[in-house]
Amino acid sequence: MIGSPRSWREKPQRYRYEAGKCSGCSKIFFPPRLVCDACGSKTFETQVLAQTGVVETFTIIEVAPSGFTDEAPYAVGIIKLDDGVKVTAQIADCKPEELKLGDKVRLEFRKVTEDGASGILHYGYKFVLA
Amino acid sequence: MRDVAVIGVGMNKWGELWNDSHRTIWTDAALKAIEDAGVDRVDSMYVGCMSGGLFVGQEHLGAMLADQLGMGPIPGTRVESACASGGLAFRLAYMEVASGMSDIVLASGVEKMTDVDGAAATYALSTAADQEYECFHGITFPGLYAMMARVHMSRYGTTQKQLAEVAAKNHANGSLNPNAQFPMKVTAEQVMNSPAVADPLRLLDCSPITDGAAAAILVPLDKVKEFTKNTPVRIAASAHATDTMALHDRGDIAAIESTARAAEKAYAQAGIGPKDLSFCEVHDCFTISEIMAIEALGLVEKGQGGAAAESGLTALSGKMPVNPSGGLKSKGHPVGATGVAQVYEIVNQLRGNSDKRQIKDAHWALAQNMGGTGASSLVHIFERLS
Repeated sequence: MIGSPRSWREKPQRYRYEAGKCSGCSKIFFPPRLVCDACGSKTFETQVLAQTGVVETFTIIEVAPSGFTDEAPYAVGIIKLDDGVKVTAQIADCKPEELKLGDKVRLEFRKVTEDGASGILHYGYKFVLA
Repeated sequence: MRDVAVIGVGMNKWGELWNDSHRTIWTDAALKAIEDAGVDRVDSMYVGCMSGGLFVGQEHLGAMLADQLGMGPIPGTRVESACASGGLAFRLAYMEVASGMSDIVLASGVEKMTDVDGAAATYALSTAADQEYECFHGITFPGLYAMMARVHMSRYGTTQKQLAEVAAKNHANGSLNPNAQFPMKVTAEQVMNSPAVADPLRLLDCSPITDGAAAAILVPLDKVKEFTKNTPVRIAASAHATDTMALHDRGDIAAIESTARAAEKAYAQAGIGPKDLSFCEVHDCFTISEIMAIEALGLVEKGQGGAAAESGLTALSGKMPVNPSGGLKSKGHPVGATGVAQVYEIVNQLRGNSDKRQIKDAHWALAQNMGGTGASSLVHIFERLS
């Protein structure tokens, strides 16, 4: 279960893919941070993530955690976006056994999980083959 | 800073300990360490525990366990760094003795993982990863290590069989360890044919869910004779490093940089290099973890970790034995206890007390304990004194 403040707090990232771009050195953080680990700057501007990228690595989850058991097997990968940011997310609508490192993918807005029959629906991003 | 020695260690038979509670498992190991050391008091104690709250609904462990040990009102401190909690508890005990603040300090670790079902245990363990940006998307710990394994396999040619050979080697070692949870031998074929958990990792590539505890007594080296007749084991180095919490934020996701950084500091403190070591205990939470750990420690070249178990290099009889205890894979992995149990094995080996798995003429040994996907690492180096 994920409480509602904890859920809506992340909406700028999960619904709008908002990252923080360091005003000092242009490094992009997703999710945004308060201080840049590269240059120490504390000022950032909002920048929307690139929405295409490549599969840097992936796995096929056979034994799934609570909330995901109905979906297994499913693919989860680390995607390197075209702006250099890396994110972890599911790679949906594919045959997991046919996925390859370096596959091109694009981001889509999807439902990720839900808290039971009457709980919060958690939306966010997944990737599909481009 | 004073030189610090370990003069006593204790642990119990690990496994699914239905009849024993979190507090009795821990107290049993602590009493064994105190008895082994022969001390009549403890000045301060540290307990490594990843998640008393999620596994047994109990926090405030420093006070509770000092009370259980009958040692109140001594300071009792609970330490958490995920699966590296035990290693960190050991380091803090080392620092307290080295600083001169206390003379006899108990370092310990415990986890009672089987009071909850598999799904709850999986959830508790997943809190060692980034909840909002990793776990939210349905990734598991085997899944995170599987993603590291896939890059390692793609880049260096590491094979499924090489992963399996790590498990086969550690179960062979564990079959000689009376405290091991799963002391049965397994073949590489059995590992490769076990059910898939998170491709490319199979069930037998993964360490188990375990109840267990371990403890050690640390004192200043120059006061050892006041407290015990035991031959002390000197702590030659203690180092700790961190890395990004999320695996996807790492520059190289097929390497354990925090271990490499901690190892570099530890070798410098001890004044030795990896070639001087007689053996190591490393954090093989998954088979790929041991492969990446021995690379980060400089025991083999980067990319050569996969060949090490297959060639026999890291076998008990090899040139660089790794995990003579059976490792997390066979001995078990009660997460908070693991880092201290590595010390238990090393101290017994350096004393010559390891029976059928004794490594001859062992002089220098290293323990590597890590949390999460390597967001934290502890490296300790030990020296036998004659």
